[in-house]
Amino acid sequence: MQRLRLLAISFLALFGLAIAGQPVRAADETIKIGYIDPFSGAFASGGDASLKMFQFILDYINAKGGALGKKFELVTFDDKLQPAEALIAFKSVTDQNLPFVMSCVGSNVGSALIDAVNKHNSRNPDNRILQINCGQLATELTNEQCSFWHFRFVGSVEMRAVARIKSLPQSVKSVYLLNQDYLFGQSIEKDTKRFLAQYRPDIKIVADEFIPLMQVKDFAPYISKIKASGAQSLLTGNYGPDLNLLIKAGVDAGLDIRYDTYLAHVIGAATAIGSNGEGRLTSVMEDHENIPEEEHNAEAEEFFKKWRATHDFAFIALPSVTQFEMLVRAINKAGSTDAVKVADALEGMEQKDLFGVTNIMRKEDHQLLHPYYEAVFTKNVKNDVEKTGLGWKTEYKTTVADETLPTTCKMKRPSS
Amino acid sequence: MQIGLISLLDGLVYGMLLFMLASGLTLILSMMGVLNFAHASIYMLGAYFAYQISTWIGFWPALVIAPLLCGAIGAAIEVWGLRRVHHNGHIAELLFTFGLVFIIGRAVQMVWGMLPMPYRVPTSLDFPLFSIYGENFPAYRGFMLLISGGMLFTTWLLLKKTRIGLIIQAALTHPSMVSALGHDVPRVFTLVFAGGSLLAGLAGVIAGNYFTTESSMADAMGPIVFVVVIFGGLGSLAGCFIASILMGMVQTFSVVADWSFADLISPFGITLGANDLLGEILTIPVSRIGPLVPYALLILILLFRPRGLMGTRET
Repeated sequence: MQRLRLLAISFLALFGLAIAGQPVRAADETIKIGYIDPFSGAFASGGDASLKMFQFILDYINAKGGALGKKFELVTFDDKLQPAEALIAFKSVTDQNLPFVMSCVGSNVGSALIDAVNKHNSRNPDNRILQINCGQLATELTNEQCSFWHFRFVGSVEMRAVARIKSLPQSVKSVYLLNQDYLFGQSIEKDTKRFLAQYRPDIKIVADEFIPLMQVKDFAPYISKIKASGAQSLLTGNYGPDLNLLIKAGVDAGLDIRYDTYLAHVIGAATAIGSNGEGRLTSVMEDHENIPEEEHNAEAEEFFKKWRATHDFAFIALPSVTQFEMLVRAINKAGSTDAVKVADALEGMEQKDLFGVTNIMRKEDHQLLHPYYEAVFTKNVKNDVEKTGLGWKTEYKTTVADETLPTTCKMKRPSS
Repeated sequence: MQIGLISLLDGLVYGMLLFMLASGLTLILSMMGVLNFAHASIYMLGAYFAYQISTWIGFWPALVIAPLLCGAIGAAIEVWGLRRVHHNGHIAELLFTFGLVFIIGRAVQMVWGMLPMPYRVPTSLDFPLFSIYGENFPAYRGFMLLISGGMLFTTWLLLKKTRIGLIIQAALTHPSMVSALGHDVPRVFTLVFAGGSLLAGLAGVIAGNYFTTESSMADAMGPIVFVVVIFGGLGSLAGCFIASILMGMVQTFSVVADWSFADLISPFGITLGANDLLGEILTIPVSRIGPLVPYALLILILLFRPRGLMGTRET
């Protein structure tokens, strides 16, 4: 019995550690942001990487003085990539009266949060909260579901799809679409088809397939199908194990086609895919570590050098730097963290990103407009990713004008 | 036809891998009555150990050492863990293994981090074995088949042709009688648990580099292995084998299938559109829900044959 109790205590201690490991400090003079993302479960690596990038960005922003003389601070909550868990976490965020709630992973989570924030703000006009979306990409979130309280500081699926389709070389004439069967994957599929029809009507879609999210262990049968279809390019919005296993299986089976992905630059993929991806794996991204050199930008190079000195995975959160630069200016202009005032200040704001490109927070749908870089995974680069010896090399980039797409958002603004 | 042949091989490889995991679990479950939730965690440990050892002394030693380590861990779990909670009944044992899943998962994340490991197929096996209709069959897949086939043969030999195998078989059904005959039943239990863990570890070693070695791999594999065990039936290795191969084939072929349930009933003069009652569900192609088919089969077998395919007693 004694031992059992010991076991139980060590068990609790382990979980206690898991919670205490997050940087939750109770300081008064900070601007707190409730940060909800998966820190356990199948996509824990994504949440963990995001958190590290945000800590780095906050160090950078706070060193510049923060906003209103206060530093920013994250209060983390684990949602296990479950909308239901995210809503429980959101309850804690509002209970603690935090002025901002931020979440990066899972469009289904983002969608649930938009509803929750809308409800909360209409019921508590004295204690409103702003939602910062740092990576939930489904286009619907700023179209059908758009909300005055929701700001997306990263391009939507639609914007990513424009870059993806425009960057396909003219030699590609047939593509195989394979996506995850949930909000994000369906959104990618829809927009990919739309822009293929618009920009590249010469490309034939030989197959349009969905797979259950994170359920497939063996992708070999899919590879047989792709092979039989004769497609020149596999166009996929998969991420995590669904992407890594797919590409591994493809290369092992000798499927020698282009692997044109939307998210192969996300943490872990480079390690899992390795040299198999050389020269045939491409992805569309907000930034990669070779851009500063390509653009001869010393300031950005310094930023990335600092990152590399302390981290062994790629920094891919450039729009999040822009996000905090904008937040600082908006809070300073508003003079407080009042949700309506900060939102008003953010609307239409222009801000140069690290590479000197002017990004715009569009007023109509609260979507950040920024450029995309399409890059290939190759050995011939200065900075590799995750110590694989391979890194990203820009092949194509879009402009903010390319990315300014019409929106269907009919925003309901607060009456006061 | 072209896809059929390749899929057959793919299904076989995947089925054999499932069997490696499920055989250990079914032995433990039917002999000790413990539904070992941590079985897939041991599989994950096998992959991580193999990665670590292969960075030090290469893949081939890892192929031997990592499963042995897993076996040792299994024995330790049985002797110092399960045996102590045993007298509190099955619920306690269940909860114990359930807790182990979290502890092992968290420990792996603390030691190796959350990123996938760069655990690669050894270069000596990294070539296409042969190709059918222009598609390569990687040599490593052949190697996986070889290892799992060899393991199947060894287990069968051990259970059917050796003295300890006889005792294990007897202890499966009549543990108190075996004990009364003077055999050390707890030791047999330890042996079986260690053996099961060893097999799971071995599966991890050969699957870890073929798929990816990461901290979510246990969660990914756990549920499907339970399906195999329940489907095959308690106390039957043969049933477990058939179920594994079946699940491997079902998952592989359902991916290739382009028909939906609506197509199945259309010859009877019923055509369904997405707007009809249940139409949206019935018109989804099977390939889109392929990996969920095993779970549907599990429900069917629980409804119509609760003791499983070849089970000797009710589950």
